[in-house]
Amino acid sequence: MKPLRLIPLMIAFTLVSTACGGGSGATTAVGSTNTTGSMQADLLGAGASFPAPIYQEWIGAYQSVEPDVSINYQSIGSGGGVEQFIGQQTDFGASDAFLKDDEIAAAQAARGCDPIHIPTVFGAVAVAYNVEGLDSLTLSGSVLADIFLGTITKWNDPAIAALNPDVTMPDEDIIVAHRSDGSGTTSIFTTYLSSVSDAWKSGPGAGKEVEWAAPNSVGGEKNDGVTAQIQQNPGAVGYIELSYAMENDIPIAKMVNGDGNAIEPTLESTAAAADGITIPDDLRFNILNVGGEGYPIAGATWLLAWKCGYDQAKADALKAWITWDLKNGDDLARELLYSPLPDSLQEKALAKVDLINSEG
Amino acid sequence: MAVADSLSGRRRGRLRADTTFRLILGFAGASVLLILAAMLISTTIQAWPVFRHEGWSFVTSSVWDPGTSRTEITGQYGALSFIVGTLVTSVIALIIAVPLAVAVALYITQAAPKRVAGPLTYTIEMLAAVPSVVFGLWGLLFFVPSVLRPIMDFVAGTLGSFIPFLGGPVVTYNYFAAGVVLAFMVLPIIMAVTREVMANTPEPEISAAYGLGATRWEMMRHVVLPRARPGIIGATMLGLGRALGETIAVAMLIGGSQRISDSIFRGGQSMAGIIAVTFQEAAPENVKALIGVGVLLFVITVIVNMAARLVVWMTGGHLAKEQNL
Repeated sequence: MKPLRLIPLMIAFTLVSTACGGGSGATTAVGSTNTTGSMQADLLGAGASFPAPIYQEWIGAYQSVEPDVSINYQSIGSGGGVEQFIGQQTDFGASDAFLKDDEIAAAQAARGCDPIHIPTVFGAVAVAYNVEGLDSLTLSGSVLADIFLGTITKWNDPAIAALNPDVTMPDEDIIVAHRSDGSGTTSIFTTYLSSVSDAWKSGPGAGKEVEWAAPNSVGGEKNDGVTAQIQQNPGAVGYIELSYAMENDIPIAKMVNGDGNAIEPTLESTAAAADGITIPDDLRFNILNVGGEGYPIAGATWLLAWKCGYDQAKADALKAWITWDLKNGDDLARELLYSPLPDSLQEKALAKVDLINSEG
Repeated sequence: MAVADSLSGRRRGRLRADTTFRLILGFAGASVLLILAAMLISTTIQAWPVFRHEGWSFVTSSVWDPGTSRTEITGQYGALSFIVGTLVTSVIALIIAVPLAVAVALYITQAAPKRVAGPLTYTIEMLAAVPSVVFGLWGLLFFVPSVLRPIMDFVAGTLGSFIPFLGGPVVTYNYFAAGVVLAFMVLPIIMAVTREVMANTPEPEISAAYGLGATRWEMMRHVVLPRARPGIIGATMLGLGRALGETIAVAMLIGGSQRISDSIFRGGQSMAGIIAVTFQEAAPENVKALIGVGVLLFVITVIVNMAARLVVWMTGGHLAKEQNL
């Protein structure tokens, strides 16, 4: 052997990147024919794997609008996407987490102008479980945090039983399943737990990868790895993307939101979550303190672009493509089980698109 | 005169060709070392901030809590649980694969009829051509949950109550599951080399053993196995090298938990595994730490290989002495 095993690493890397796009084979023809096809540009983007299927669909559909605009999106993960974006290796980036302040500073230093955050779709994180004979389950944020902290270890714990008065909970050990890879899904999930539990906030905290505290915890790679862990370990509970849970028909829990309503995760309840929240001007936001009919564990994903430094053709094409996505892409998004932006936010996002290359 | 001139001219040409050839070969040899050195040095430089920040706790702590900074080291990077994961799965793999490989090689070279031995050899060596991700998927979806899980539950429920490291509660994907599938992956390498050395047992020694009235088993035990021992150890080293560095299959089956478990039926993570699964979303400081894990894996592999070589050298000497007597 075999210095550092970089070759298997690269192979794994490639496998992982190609595997992320799974489940989105169908190319739906979109009937917009009011096209001139006047633009010509090559755009390169890279980043988050979570929205990669919908970006690929949008790119495919946009081909019939502007055949001479060629867009290449590489699903390399948010971390790599941000790095390549700041490193000027791509025309646009994509990330499941908005840029942190030190990343913005690095970006400004690298390009000489501000990066722009454009939210595109929402995703919800579902809490899936595997308990024999249990058809429905309701959990609250603090109970979920205690389960993942390892302070609640049995399914018949009084705190769980109190939330499920009509069900007899079994005397079974809880096995906690989490992502073993760094993931935007983990980030959404742990950001939520931090917002509802002080013990979680001061313990594992929020991030793409955290120190899991529960003694009976198992990790899986990607959504399918976590799903395998849940399905193969009786008594398991874990978190996966809602779209993945829906496609694979896995039992999922209702979550009690800020108004005390037990909400099942659906596209509608995800959209409702995004509707009621306050959003800062730079569109860097987490979806927290959800009430009403909204499902509380949800997050956005962003495209990243620059205020300056594009040649005119690229800037025009990029603006036109993202505008088209936001205005015409909602049905495609729903088809792939992403929740589109609510109208109020779509307007704000479109205003950001206008800022692309505004400083020349 | 003319003939002599042309001869010496040709010889000079040949000498020049000789020199060129030697240089090319020398360069080829050196290039391997250069690439190796370049990788080790550049990765060490990249990982240096993490090594400096963590010191020895990089290998003695099992707290792996990555930070997200671009410029400094803010997280905690203790790789002990990954070192344990790599070593435990590799040892489990060898404990299963080596006796099995030796038994199969003995059967093929000494006991099997020719029409069985050929296809059997071929089939086992074909295992080496199966991509590791396929082993991983097979283990993930079928072998571990359907075949291993009941066995693991049984062992944990019986032996686990009084033997350490075998206790429950069992989780499906764990050190043991990864080790067993890893055993299937290193089996062909170990078997192929072992079979080769056993096939080279001198015929006169075999005949002599039979001549002295040995049974087939005694012949194998006193002639074939001692002769093959250095080869078996060498084969084990090759298998160990593969096992230490195997990435995807282990990452899929080891349970992906960033902790050291007190039972082989619980989850953990390996060094190659943590690099492969977390590299994509890692912040710059986290990438440095992962590269550091890579350097560590390299160092550990070198140490293990040197130790194994030492063992071979010592047992080889022992064998030579025995034969002199």
